[in-house]
Amino acid sequence: MSTVLAHKPLGYRAASAGFALAAFAALALADLHVASLDPWADLRRLLAGLMRPDFASVLPLSIAYTIAFAVLGVGLGAGAGFLLAIPFARSRAVRLFCASLRAVHELFWALLLMQIFGLSATTGLLAIALPYAGICAKVFSEIIEEADLAALRVLPPGTGAVSAFLYARLPDVAANLRHYTLYRFECGLRSTLVLGFIGLPTMGFHLESAFRQGRYGEAAALLAVFYGLIGTRRLWVRPATLPFLAVASLLVLPATVGTTDIGAGLARFLTHSIVPAPLREGALADPATWTGLWAWFAPILTGQIVPGALQTLVLAQIALVVTALGALVLFPLTARRFTGPLGRPLGRILLVVVRSTPEYMLAYLLLQLLGPSMLPTILALAIHNAGIVGYLMGRHADGLAYRLDAPKGLNLYAYETLPRLYGQFLAYLLYRWELILREGAILGLLGVATLGFYVDAAISELRIDVAVVLIAATVILTLAVEALSRRLRARLRIATLPTRLSRPLTDAGEPA
Amino acid sequence: MPHPPIVLANASASYRGRTVFSGIDLTIRAGERVALLGRSGAGKSTLIGLIHGQAARDIALVPQAAALVRTLSVFHNVYMGRLDRRSTLHNLRTLVRPAKADVEAVRGVLARVDLGEALWARAGELSGGQQQRVSVARALYDGRPILLADEPVSALDRRQGAAILERLTEHHATVIVALHDVPLALAQTNRIVVLDAGGIVLDAPARDLDAGTLARFYEAAA
Repeated sequence: MSTVLAHKPLGYRAASAGFALAAFAALALADLHVASLDPWADLRRLLAGLMRPDFASVLPLSIAYTIAFAVLGVGLGAGAGFLLAIPFARSRAVRLFCASLRAVHELFWALLLMQIFGLSATTGLLAIALPYAGICAKVFSEIIEEADLAALRVLPPGTGAVSAFLYARLPDVAANLRHYTLYRFECGLRSTLVLGFIGLPTMGFHLESAFRQGRYGEAAALLAVFYGLIGTRRLWVRPATLPFLAVASLLVLPATVGTTDIGAGLARFLTHSIVPAPLREGALADPATWTGLWAWFAPILTGQIVPGALQTLVLAQIALVVTALGALVLFPLTARRFTGPLGRPLGRILLVVVRSTPEYMLAYLLLQLLGPSMLPTILALAIHNAGIVGYLMGRHADGLAYRLDAPKGLNLYAYETLPRLYGQFLAYLLYRWELILREGAILGLLGVATLGFYVDAAISELRIDVAVVLIAATVILTLAVEALSRRLRARLRIATLPTRLSRPLTDAGEPA
Repeated sequence: MPHPPIVLANASASYRGRTVFSGIDLTIRAGERVALLGRSGAGKSTLIGLIHGQAARDIALVPQAAALVRTLSVFHNVYMGRLDRRSTLHNLRTLVRPAKADVEAVRGVLARVDLGEALWARAGELSGGQQQRVSVARALYDGRPILLADEPVSALDRRQGAAILERLTEHHATVIVALHDVPLALAQTNRIVVLDAGGIVLDAPARDLDAGTLARFYEAAA
């Protein structure tokens, strides 16, 4: 039968097998033991607490802070992103700049910015605005490039660039830009929650202490409010409410706490803290300075960057494949043909809850239940991402035009739905790969030995120069995986399929 | 294989709120070979949907768009004609490693539509005419007694179309086929039903008709 297999359509199959094999190999390097003595007892206590949410304990001000950080952070980020999107397609330097901005996770930005601005509103805002500017610049630029140019070509010759943009381009793309920005706001809420885990006064801060001290009723109430905010986002974040939200956010933001002398803080950060230690005192012309620099860098490379990067890749690889399996199981839950009119809303609610829960918080929770190993982080990444990919696949599955006499159940799934959606499925997964990697590095802050673990250690030793080198290594790793993912998508001829959550779906889920 | 007659009594259908036709009465008995003619937009495909709703269990369907799964091989697309008659386990196994007997059966069916050599090609890589023949092969492999086909040979030339249609009619007890090629309909079927302006305007044995009589139903469109 081997001749039969040799003639089978290849490509998708080979790519999937390659990823599965890599994940299998990664399993050998991963520490997956359950360290907790009795995870089920912990889980029971957690669930019992979550069943009895204690809404009285939720501080309204923390909700206001959460919204304010998200509104202003995303607003700043999207505004800067729009300006950067204009030269984005033409300037390689701008593209690289934006790629570096978004390759550094919000939490890493926050840890660095804290060295300058202390634990302040500025830190929180910039930690969201900087990476979001990088993401928005890329996506806005894509939206503008994708727009229909027919109207632009028939403009009278001599039309000014601004008029041409306002008349022939912006109207076509404005809806998409607005849609994406509002969607980004939802991500902003999640980021804000996570920033609370490192000390900003958002709901995340209270959530972290509630979980840590076992006040599960309070945690349940906070989570319920948070899901409520995300679930009703379309109702209260609209173009009409934005000015009000922006002004209210400015008024409510907490006053700066911590450092007050920002100028001096910034100067010390740029000229002293992030400069590698051997360069601070040594003369640049002195060869001894450079051997000193290498002596400083070599142990970081061999003792932190290489093992940290390896663990990050291992984590991302396993999490990606578990995500894939999870999405394949979950997506029929939200597709009409598989669940019927009653089951589908329930499936959707499940997946919305799953994807609204930030990976970082899930990982934090699972680490408490299962003890420190790679297992909780893999589960957290896979649950969150499988929720997202499953939700999107379900929407595509509903968009498929089946023939009148299409089969049902598992036959429909295996012969019609999955083969038609498989290219789209791979496109989503390859796109999630770099996001899983970025997030996997961050989960090191919780104690798994990925790059974030070493960044956290360097910062707590106040060795900011080391932290910056490690973050730069994370950026390079992320960009490398992003480039690999782009190449693979081109090789599989799925580069043109939608990968953005906010993007309207095309009617057919297969390549033309 | 006998099957109960298909009876549409005072049937009506609408598409996006617009009535396509109403008050249709049509009975098709086992063994008949019926051609549905009419200008595009006359409601042929809608009528085919209604007929399918009447007797889905006995019908092998060739839909208008070939409706193939582009990422699967030709073999798997044809094999899908009998998914309902195999265990799900067997179907899943066939996706990975088809059984020799199934491969030979499908190869035989494909040979009847002159596609024997394309067994393992991806359906999406075939030309429009080839895809249409795969769709026909799926219905042949399906093998249920009533063949219901919506323009099954529109992408083929007349000679090839006639050959394919002939093979279709050989293997199914009853044939209902929407066509736009009048000579082909006269040659391959024994009953002609013409749809126009929301109703059946002609229903007669093919031997009583000729191309000239039927031409006026098309000319009215011009």
